[in-house]
Amino acid sequence: MQADVKTRAIQLLEEGQVDRVLGWKAGEFFYDLTPAVFTSPQQVEREFVWSSFSGPNLSKYLIAETRKPGKIAAFLKPCDTYSFQQLRKEHRLQADRVYVVAVQCPGMCDPDKVQAAAPGPISLRKEGDGFLVQTLYGEKRLTRQAALEEGCLTCKTKKMAYFDELIGQDGQDGDGSRFDQVHRLEAMTPEERFAFWQGELSRCIRCNACRNVCPACSCEKCVFDNPASGVENKAAANRFEENLFHIIRAFHVAGRCTDCGECSRVCPQHIPLHLLNRKLIEDMNRLYGPYQAGGDLEAKAPLTDFRYDDPEPDGGGRRGGAQ
Amino acid sequence: MRHDPLIPMVAQVTDIRVDTPDVKTFRVVGLDGKKPFVHLPGQCAMLSMPGVGEALFSITSSPTNPDYLEFSIKKCGCVTDWLHAMEPGQQITLRGPYGNGFPVEGAFRGQDLLFIAGGIGLAPLRSVINYVRDNRDNYGAVDIVYGARSQADLVDYPEILEQWCREPGLDVHLTIDRAEPGWQGHVGFVPDYVRELGFATGKTAVICGPPVMIKFTLAALQEMGFRKEQVYTTMELRMKCGIGKCGRCNIGDQYVCKDGPVFRCDQLDRLPDEY
Amino acid sequence: MNGFPLSRLPELMAAMAAVATVYCPLAGKFAPWTEGAVPELTGNTKLGPKDLFFPQVEDLVRFRVSGKDLEVLDTQLRQEPFVVFGVRACDCRALEILDRVFLTEPVDTFYQARRANGVVISLACQRPEETCFCGAFGIDGAEPGGDITAWQGEDTLFFRANTEKGQALLDRLPLQEAGEDGAEAAKAKTRAILQRLPLGNLSTQGFGQAENLLDLFNRPEWSELSASCLGCGACTFVCPTCQCYDIKEFDNGHEVCRYRCWDSCMYADFTLMSAGQPRPTQVERFRQRFMHKLQYFPANNGGIFGCVGCGRCLRQCPIHMNIVKVMKTLGGEDHAS
Repeated sequence: MQADVKTRAIQLLEEGQVDRVLGWKAGEFFYDLTPAVFTSPQQVEREFVWSSFSGPNLSKYLIAETRKPGKIAAFLKPCDTYSFQQLRKEHRLQADRVYVVAVQCPGMCDPDKVQAAAPGPISLRKEGDGFLVQTLYGEKRLTRQAALEEGCLTCKTKKMAYFDELIGQDGQDGDGSRFDQVHRLEAMTPEERFAFWQGELSRCIRCNACRNVCPACSCEKCVFDNPASGVENKAAANRFEENLFHIIRAFHVAGRCTDCGECSRVCPQHIPLHLLNRKLIEDMNRLYGPYQAGGDLEAKAPLTDFRYDDPEPDGGGRRGGAQ
Repeated sequence: MRHDPLIPMVAQVTDIRVDTPDVKTFRVVGLDGKKPFVHLPGQCAMLSMPGVGEALFSITSSPTNPDYLEFSIKKCGCVTDWLHAMEPGQQITLRGPYGNGFPVEGAFRGQDLLFIAGGIGLAPLRSVINYVRDNRDNYGAVDIVYGARSQADLVDYPEILEQWCREPGLDVHLTIDRAEPGWQGHVGFVPDYVRELGFATGKTAVICGPPVMIKFTLAALQEMGFRKEQVYTTMELRMKCGIGKCGRCNIGDQYVCKDGPVFRCDQLDRLPDEY
Repeated sequence: MNGFPLSRLPELMAAMAAVATVYCPLAGKFAPWTEGAVPELTGNTKLGPKDLFFPQVEDLVRFRVSGKDLEVLDTQLRQEPFVVFGVRACDCRALEILDRVFLTEPVDTFYQARRANGVVISLACQRPEETCFCGAFGIDGAEPGGDITAWQGEDTLFFRANTEKGQALLDRLPLQEAGEDGAEAAKAKTRAILQRLPLGNLSTQGFGQAENLLDLFNRPEWSELSASCLGCGACTFVCPTCQCYDIKEFDNGHEVCRYRCWDSCMYADFTLMSAGQPRPTQVERFRQRFMHKLQYFPANNGGIFGCVGCGRCLRQCPIHMNIVKVMKTLGGEDHAS
């Protein structure tokens, strides 16, 4: 697959079909790939990497990239294509300047999990169903499960939302297991759930990585960056406020969050932020019927649509409206 | 009270003078009615109103003034809006003085001095001009070129007219950007006026004003034959601590709050153009 | 040299905890030790001990406002003693770097009080990680600093006091006399690993010399290096030497509390003024962070770099851009002038 992706990127540039290619650039190690824009076939040949560590979702970069002249090819994983479509729906990017090459995704690995399971990893290669990792301290075998990103373990779908071209096979929707953890949280008593989130959110260092990486957080100026808003970022006057940052953010992206999982992937403190989003997705699905943000350009989002039989907002999912 | 550089003292504003439509001058004393601290011309202090915010201002009064500190402040943000709305008798917090100040007892001694200010840029220069006036024997001839948008925007106009203009050995050259009724003086921008006035190149010059005015005035002086080593200016960047620790007011390896705000123009050459 | 059997570590922790609160590596950060907790002594922590000395949020002073009058209400300094156990060589150097900022006149008394009351027990590295590059900055992972240095032998923890404060603590612990051999063996083992680290040859050439400042600042590569930077503060907040702070206020209706909190030069509003913005895009902000560590800090501190090679930013940056990539792109022999 690496060879196919790279060959296509080179062809697209050589044939002049696009001016730039958005992909992942090799790092110091096998796992530290950086999103990058490539402008020449030679640069692609030298630095472009598609691997099990091409985790970063590239769609958000297209907001800035499509403000530049010319056409850009973007290599997107299935979940990235939903972010792309959602941004397109919100008119945040100029889709006619993008050539989407969707790439079949086997699920992405989490460098942190690899480092935790195999400290001092130097190289990694596939071996059977799993990986063989060479480390500073010897060899270590990892199952695929042990290395996969949290979000990929419970992948929402391998079906592309959109592509101009597909490398590999289009896939199927997930089995819904992504809501299992949400159900476990719902089964807790309010006190248990409060304790769970206190424990998780108390680790927040307010670095804003979750917000800045989030394709749904595309405001030009965030309310948390505005000193006059009274809720400016960096540090809160107390813990309660800090927790609210994440809850407010989850509400703000509700109905627009595609569940790409970037928030949890980038969190330096490993807070499972995606669970807040999944809870809201699950609630909206229950209340207003199944909906996938970024799935269908024409479908109205549940929170921006009104129907007479919409449930009343006073809780409990009671049906109200026309009587 | 414990001593920490970030813990301010309480001071009182005893007088507020309206200078221009957007500049007021505040007279500040300690709670004991005395001048809160001794400073050097060109140094700054942090003023704040708890609940509103803290900001750094240059001290406008001369160190030779034994009774109080003065700050000429232009209304342009949260803290300054609040300061402009308050009344005399208000207590505020004060900490400082911060920064290096002008070398009035060093490089300036015995020199002919040329002060060039634009708009609110007079604020830090007024401190050093009055210091020089009060120690007249230590310095040579003094020229002051001061320009503003209009006559009404000349900060501290009465003092300039009644004292500076009448003082022997002190040449004051005023200019406003556009002609207006009742103005007999020069009309035009400061850099052009400096060129017209054609000063002898042996003087030590001090420029303070908006960045664009500093840039063009420095260019004019260089055209006239001044070397950058003869020209001083003061810088302003966002600051929080005032003591070189909060990390945001650096230009290259120099912190404006601690190593500045006064820089000799040749010193800026080795620093990035990030201001 | 003193020693204590590793198998009885809980006893030693309890003895230390009887003297003062002990912070040690627990769940990836320095947390207070309580009965039953097992310190993680193998790898490095996700977060350094920076916040024990320079907390993320710290009250500076409180005010009471009534009419036109103001009252300054002092905030208490942290005066109770504490011990930090298990600090790596990189983080020890990081504390020395913070000292250079906060203990230079005018002294920051909040930091000073915490430093005076904290005893740092360092621990030589056992299993350096692939992201470690402290050697580039002249740091020896086998010989960390702090008030007390500890080494982990086969079955013994070895201790050596470096300061009076450290000796005073050791005197109160149930340690036995131990020779030098055990610690020396531990050092040799560590150094053998340090020598084969993949980033072991990272060069600081081209950085930290005053004459290179403008060349480095004006290098065109900054745009590409910063192109995918998200502008978040993850690198700054996990960095053991980043110490920029903001001062903010919280008005609870009765009092105004003025506090400081960690800030990041990566944030758009860091240098924003009503008069303008000297660093308008992420290129300038990104450049500032690395110029500070590699050029400005050494210029003001006798050549000591502001990075300690702990590798945390390598692990935590969401897009895997970091100081090693910056140094390899801009420095090294090719670019030394």
